[in-house]
Amino acid sequence: MAELKTPPSPATGAPQPSRPFNRVNQQQNKTVMFIALAAFFIALPFFGKPLLENFGPTVFGDTASAINSTLIFILLALGLNIVVGYAGLLDLGYAAFFAIGGYTMAFLTAQQSPLYNTPLHTNFWIALPISFLMAALFGVMLGAPTLGLKGDYLAIVTLGFGEIVPITFNNLTKITGGDTGLAGLTQPKVAFVDFQFSSSTLEAWYLVALAVVFFSIFMVRRLVDSRIGRAWMAMREDEIAASAMGINLVRTKLLAFGLGASFAGFGGAIYANSLGSANPSQFKFDVSILVLAMIILGGIGNFWGVIFGAVALRMTDVYIIPFFTEQVRKFADTIQLESKVVDGVRVTDINIMKDILTNVASNSRLLIFGAILVIMMITRPEGLFPSGRRKMELHAGDEKDLQPFISASENPLDMAATDHSLTFNPSVRESTMSDDEKS
Amino acid sequence: MSNNILEAKDISKNFGGITAVQRVDFNIPNRSIVSLIGPNGAGKTTFFNLVTGIYEPTTGKIMFDGRPLENLKPHEVTMRGIARTFQNIRLFSNMTALENVLVGEHLRLKAGLFGAVFRPKSVKEEEKRAYNKALSLLEYVGLGGKQDEFAKNLSYGDQRRLEIGRALGTDPKLLLLDEPTAGMNPNETARLTRFIDQLRRDRDIAVLLIEHDMKVVMEISDRVTVLSFGKKIAEGLPDEIKSNGEVIEAYLGKAYAQAKNDEKGS
Repeated sequence: MAELKTPPSPATGAPQPSRPFNRVNQQQNKTVMFIALAAFFIALPFFGKPLLENFGPTVFGDTASAINSTLIFILLALGLNIVVGYAGLLDLGYAAFFAIGGYTMAFLTAQQSPLYNTPLHTNFWIALPISFLMAALFGVMLGAPTLGLKGDYLAIVTLGFGEIVPITFNNLTKITGGDTGLAGLTQPKVAFVDFQFSSSTLEAWYLVALAVVFFSIFMVRRLVDSRIGRAWMAMREDEIAASAMGINLVRTKLLAFGLGASFAGFGGAIYANSLGSANPSQFKFDVSILVLAMIILGGIGNFWGVIFGAVALRMTDVYIIPFFTEQVRKFADTIQLESKVVDGVRVTDINIMKDILTNVASNSRLLIFGAILVIMMITRPEGLFPSGRRKMELHAGDEKDLQPFISASENPLDMAATDHSLTFNPSVRESTMSDDEKS
Repeated sequence: MSNNILEAKDISKNFGGITAVQRVDFNIPNRSIVSLIGPNGAGKTTFFNLVTGIYEPTTGKIMFDGRPLENLKPHEVTMRGIARTFQNIRLFSNMTALENVLVGEHLRLKAGLFGAVFRPKSVKEEEKRAYNKALSLLEYVGLGGKQDEFAKNLSYGDQRRLEIGRALGTDPKLLLLDEPTAGMNPNETARLTRFIDQLRRDRDIAVLLIEHDMKVVMEISDRVTVLSFGKKIAEGLPDEIKSNGEVIEAYLGKAYAQAKNDEKGS
């Protein structure tokens, strides 16, 4: 971390993406890049579908589902990043808002919903904003009583909330259909091109999810570089100072909670409708942890990192883990168990190796994610693509402690000219002392 | 309308059985520098926290700018025009100097969620004004050119200046400085002292100063108030305080005060 010792001077320092106002010159390049990226992703299904269908009947479907769910998880990661990364509120129950979004959508559009055949039954386009508003409302409702809590305590409360919500949906059997959930969601229809969405129009869902993700990226970028983003960051840094500088902590926290939750609500609503059903197992605790792992892996507070984390972990989940599981299982199958007949009963030997491998195979998801997180925490706690701030925070601890003592001895008259390298120069101190004696 | 920006009447604050501040009357005239001094544990910082809304007084009333400060949260107090710095620097250390000042300007800006995302013209202009104001404030406190430095990487003296700059971002009418020269060497202290004096002239604000460095206090204060064990034991011009027997006693003990008196007599 040599570059951290001497912070770049404003004149020569390389601009870092996390610093606002340094971006101005690059703005045009970024816009061009953004448009190119957007064009590529919009065109993707049109050339991707025929390409993938060459490989076999299911390849396109599998790939497209994986991509669609990745987009939903990017949305979740971006939302959680607002709460955890920017506002600094550790939320371990984020899946609850995902569930609330999904179930609100299901209540309003499903044929099995108790609201079917009532005036409240509606179509996707109306249910979508209601779903995310509902999630935002619950976000604020969870945020309000927990305003005074920080760190671990907040984590415990949100953890509980994240458990309660899916359990409630599971147990309200008459309303929510219990663990089979609600099926038969009315899927949207675009009237003017006469297009009917269904669970198999994956490329159409892709475009919807893509649009939402693009808008979310736009929104997060704008927010972070605004009065509101600065208030979140200030609050994360030091609540007392933020409050003394005129930041309304209640409003700022609730905004972060509500906005983060609304991202999840949006994701949940689209996810449920694209699958045509909502059931409690889609919204369990492991979703909260997976999303948290995504932002930690990618780099909390940096949205490109967060997007990368979401893609990487979702792909690991969809492709690498099943592959790994299969290989381990195959290997376990090669171990032959001997069996013999003793007293007329057939007894099979116990093979510990085979036992372990079978267990590894069936729990490989936990094993692999656990290993990734442990390795990350040891080698790169700031994530793969951290924001400049995060990196400093986690790596410059010692320098921070030394700073006041060393800098206090610098001659203030030379202060403007000195570079801020951490050197202790006794002669400077002496000269200050003699200055004092003169005065 | 009185000439005082702040009037505290009969202020007491109890923590359980302990009385940290006891029946203190205290005024800060407009555009003046008033210092609050006293030995450690005298109740100076408690008094600060009463003014800034961190504590509610047990008895008494504080009037600021003609209106009472009652049941206000810290950010509401700041909104009314009181800004502060902290004894142990509390900057947003992983934000740049410029961002720190911009956070100070937060409550004078209006952009909401919609404005922040869609940036209509009014928000763009507001941000631009805020940005320019922050730059000029940095320039003013002597941090010109350091706007992109992270606060934690600034030197100690610069951090103290940045705290003042950030507080000025809130457009205060009254600035509370809690031991601004703590940990500074004599040179830095002298520069900061001149700066505070200049600040009051330039920006038309009153300053309440908690300070242990008597040289600073005597040099720039218009009035000095001395607290000891929560009580106000003296108040007056710096020169009056210097020769006040009770103050010397509170600071240096009875024996010293006696000796000093004898010395004068002889």
